[in-house]
Amino acid sequence: MFEGYSLAELGSIFAMQGFAGLILFSVFVLMALGLAIIFGQMGVINMAHGEFMILGAYVTYLCSTLVSQHAPALFPVYFFVAMILAFIASGLLGMLVEWGMIRFLYKRPLDTLLATWGLSLILQQIFRSVFGAREVGVVLPDWLMGSVAVTDTIEVPINGLFVMALTMAITVVIYVVMFRSRWGQGVRAVMQNRTMAGAVGINTEKVDRYTFGLGCGIAGVAGSAFTMVGSTGPTSGQLYIVDTFLVVVFGGAQSLLGTIASAFAISQAQSTMEFFLSGSTAKVLTLLTVIVILMLRPQGLFVLKVRR
Amino acid sequence: MSSDKTSGGLRSPFRRKLLLGMAALPALTLLPRGAIAQALATDAVNTTKLAVTDSTVKVGILHSTTGTMAISETGSVQAEKLAIAQINEMGGVLGRKIEVIQEDGASDWPTFAEKARKLLVEDKVAAVFGCWTSASRKAVLPVFEQYNGMLYYPTFYEGLEQSKNVIYTGQEATQQILAGLDWVSKEKSAKSFFLIGSDYIWPRTSNKIARKHIEKNGQKVVGEEYFPLGHTQFNSVINKIKLTKPDVIYASVVGGSNVAFYKQLKAAGINLEKQTLMTISVTEDELLGIGGENIAGAYACMKYFQSLKNPNNEKFVAAFKKMWGGESVIGDVTQAGYLGPWLWKLTVEKAQSFDIDKIAVASEGIEFKEAPEGYVRVHANHHLWSKTRVGRARMDGQFDMVYETADLIEPDPFPKGYQ
Amino acid sequence: MKQAIQSGSPFRVTGEMAGVLLLALFIVVVLPLGLDTFRLNMVGKYLTYAFVALGLVLCWGSAGILSLGQGIFFGLGGYCMAMFLKLEASSPEATKIQSTPGIPDFMDWNQLTALPWFWEPFHSLTFSVVAVVAVPALLAFVVGLAMFKRRVGGVYFAIITQAFAAILTILIVGQQGYTGGINGITDLRTLKGWDIRTDEAKLVLYFVNAALLIGCILLCLYVRHSKLGRILVALRDKEDRVRFSGYDVANFKIFVFCFAAALSAVGGAMFTLQVGFMSPSFVGIVPSIEMVIYCAVGGRLSLLGAVYGTLLVNWAKTLLSESFPELWLFAMGALFIGVVMVFPNGLAGLYQQYLAPHVKRALSRGRTIAPAPASATTSAIVPPHTAAD
Repeated sequence: MFEGYSLAELGSIFAMQGFAGLILFSVFVLMALGLAIIFGQMGVINMAHGEFMILGAYVTYLCSTLVSQHAPALFPVYFFVAMILAFIASGLLGMLVEWGMIRFLYKRPLDTLLATWGLSLILQQIFRSVFGAREVGVVLPDWLMGSVAVTDTIEVPINGLFVMALTMAITVVIYVVMFRSRWGQGVRAVMQNRTMAGAVGINTEKVDRYTFGLGCGIAGVAGSAFTMVGSTGPTSGQLYIVDTFLVVVFGGAQSLLGTIASAFAISQAQSTMEFFLSGSTAKVLTLLTVIVILMLRPQGLFVLKVRR
Repeated sequence: MSSDKTSGGLRSPFRRKLLLGMAALPALTLLPRGAIAQALATDAVNTTKLAVTDSTVKVGILHSTTGTMAISETGSVQAEKLAIAQINEMGGVLGRKIEVIQEDGASDWPTFAEKARKLLVEDKVAAVFGCWTSASRKAVLPVFEQYNGMLYYPTFYEGLEQSKNVIYTGQEATQQILAGLDWVSKEKSAKSFFLIGSDYIWPRTSNKIARKHIEKNGQKVVGEEYFPLGHTQFNSVINKIKLTKPDVIYASVVGGSNVAFYKQLKAAGINLEKQTLMTISVTEDELLGIGGENIAGAYACMKYFQSLKNPNNEKFVAAFKKMWGGESVIGDVTQAGYLGPWLWKLTVEKAQSFDIDKIAVASEGIEFKEAPEGYVRVHANHHLWSKTRVGRARMDGQFDMVYETADLIEPDPFPKGYQ
Repeated sequence: MKQAIQSGSPFRVTGEMAGVLLLALFIVVVLPLGLDTFRLNMVGKYLTYAFVALGLVLCWGSAGILSLGQGIFFGLGGYCMAMFLKLEASSPEATKIQSTPGIPDFMDWNQLTALPWFWEPFHSLTFSVVAVVAVPALLAFVVGLAMFKRRVGGVYFAIITQAFAAILTILIVGQQGYTGGINGITDLRTLKGWDIRTDEAKLVLYFVNAALLIGCILLCLYVRHSKLGRILVALRDKEDRVRFSGYDVANFKIFVFCFAAALSAVGGAMFTLQVGFMSPSFVGIVPSIEMVIYCAVGGRLSLLGAVYGTLLVNWAKTLLSESFPELWLFAMGALFIGVVMVFPNGLAGLYQQYLAPHVKRALSRGRTIAPAPASATTSAIVPPHTAAD
């Protein structure tokens, strides 16, 4: 599969594909982080995760239209505002859903799956009724367009760099919130032993609600970032949900580090294979590899050692 | 389940009201149609028990109004309804007003087949305007052949098909591809092409024809890539394009993938003002989603653009915007959808009958001089003679026509030497 | 719960049989008399989904294994049938305008010049019929072996089956020269020379389908009442205890998963015959989850409920999509949420809770006066509590 390319070309292929893989990696991480918190920490299968993401994307789209119409001067920086709004919108909706639905189903994980699938159908139809069935695109500020030429054959798109930087920033924030803050301690305590956490005075219901909200909020930010590389339509979220779940399961559901590692492995594998094989073959091979590894190691790559 | 029985015969009251409302408007301006209807007794013009009465005739519209294809098919539905409303305003077909029964294919091929069967068997419609994707057409084709219905299919498609029961108002592949390739070879002195498409029959067949033509002309195809429908990561193929440096990128990516593709092209620093890109899948409809700034400068090879300058088109665009709002855009397929009801009306009037068999025969040679694209004529193979045009995408989501073929191009669904 | 499943009580068995009889009466007599051919054909199509729902009742309801990939098996069964029919429809005479006559049209469009090797055996009807059941069951066996032996279960199993559904869809769509791609295998005409597109053929196929369905229900009842069925329930409720009692839990799970796969595949094959084509839109994630909802609406523990649930959901879908297309997704979404949150036992649960006492009373009264009234839709096995956890 390498024939027909010179050594120098192969070098730049791998460099550029590596970078393309990094962008895919960022998208995966952004989507999977929220899911890892909800699924890994709370045991809830949120099939509507993709729709929370798309909500963020639509919020970004609304911001971009509003700003370009009413305050064109602010256009270069609207993206940051849009991301915050996307986080708030998706987070609030997440908390509402937790309150209205999820909290009754904590002991029935398979049922959360069905109920959130129903929720995703409803959200899709709402998006379609409000924004129309047509996919919408977001206009990016000029400074996010274009690319940086590293060498003659290697070019790096700026929006890709931005998404990567954003991913890193969010990952760090999550890490601090989950592992270095009092609140995160509470979340982990509830996850490891709900009864005991309640007994020592943690309000487990409140923790659940905010954790779910946080996970959905991150999905919103992911959607916001996603508008830079893809399109936003009512059903775009559904395309990613299985991939994202596999990333989380592959990484070991309860380990955030595992999620990041598996996102990296999957995205790099897919991106590199995509260059030499066809798009669908690459995807099939990646998914199959992940499943085979999961069969050999059902607990995923990283396991949290918890005394049960 | 037993209520199922009645729902077939009686339409829902809600829909019925809509139909009446739609029908009432043009009725005010109606000519004394009784005279015509008496001259042509229903028994004479309808020998096969279609849903034709002395004053009405039922037709079906079968498109996806829900699901992933709703985006694309909405325009066709609107155009078909516009044409039908206009025909009714002029007095209908053989003095009979057209009543529409609309069904939703829901972007699901089996549903298309089921609804097609319903339209033909239960509603006994005289013609159906509908389908968009090749898959939906393939699903309904056996139904139309079995129950002897008539389908007017608006999308440009891969060819390799011809049926007594279908009139193809869009271009088959050679009509869309060959002239455009010749133009771009001459204009841009292109030597190498990179073919990229979504992974299903239309892009694959189109690219097969394109590749044969390119190689016949002594040029080279330096890459051919396909991606699953809905794919949104094109960075790998963009890297390949950068490495192979083709003179022309030839794109047949469809649906939502388009947006990601053009955005990522632009982000990767490929400037379409300098790099020639020709697409056969982007119409004004898709431009709306992609955003002019991402695709401005690309060439599209179609038979119709909203910006065409001719009196027919100006009238059509104005009527369309009046009916569906000033924001709406009209793409190639939407225009082809508009042709369907008109061609059917002209054929019925030529045949002096609603019978499917007579219409199938009478279709050959039907001319529609008021077509927004200028002028079309139906070929014996049930496709249309039409021109090929090349347009260049503008920032504002419209195309500037830069080339059109001098003559109408003959439809050739089974092109010799291209299979 | 446990007591409900046990076959000990003779009343239960007669009650079940009465339910099956009623269902048979409904499908074989009432529907054909009440509906025209077009609607009846649609019901026939819905009933093919009921095979999948039956499999899910055993797999999910009885054994607690939720598979979100039943579409895979439905699709494989359908494709096996479609391959046979397509080969019959692609005789050299019928395809003489192709550059290679005698192969299916989509292969010709994709520049294949010879029939691929794995299509060859599908010239034989016997082989095809065996393959309809064997291919999906074999795949289920391999998947089940790999998963259950390593004690993958619950949520993980659900997600992995979903991934399989995604893989198979991508494969079918991507390898269009061999599979017909996204269009599927279309334009199927005859079965051993018998035209399956005529109204009479559709009627015959409807009855064949109904008979098969009743047969499958009886088979499922038999499995449930066997010792095996009771072990399945036991391992759903307390897997460890069953394991400690010396049973190899994985083998039972593999069996029930394969059994459900085979049932789905029969449905798929009947679907192909009645609808006249097969496409990847039945294999993917969305149809697979929809099939779970058929079963959930009927009551995930009730075999008969699953059939009624399938009919009800599909009938509602057709009705809504004919009149109010945009409402359909709302209704479907609400159905998912409602069935999980409000009626976890579906139709069967509602029946058991509200109607069954009356029916019982009427029955015992009726026994002394008149024969049993045939008014209610009986579903026999209904649990008193939610079984999902």
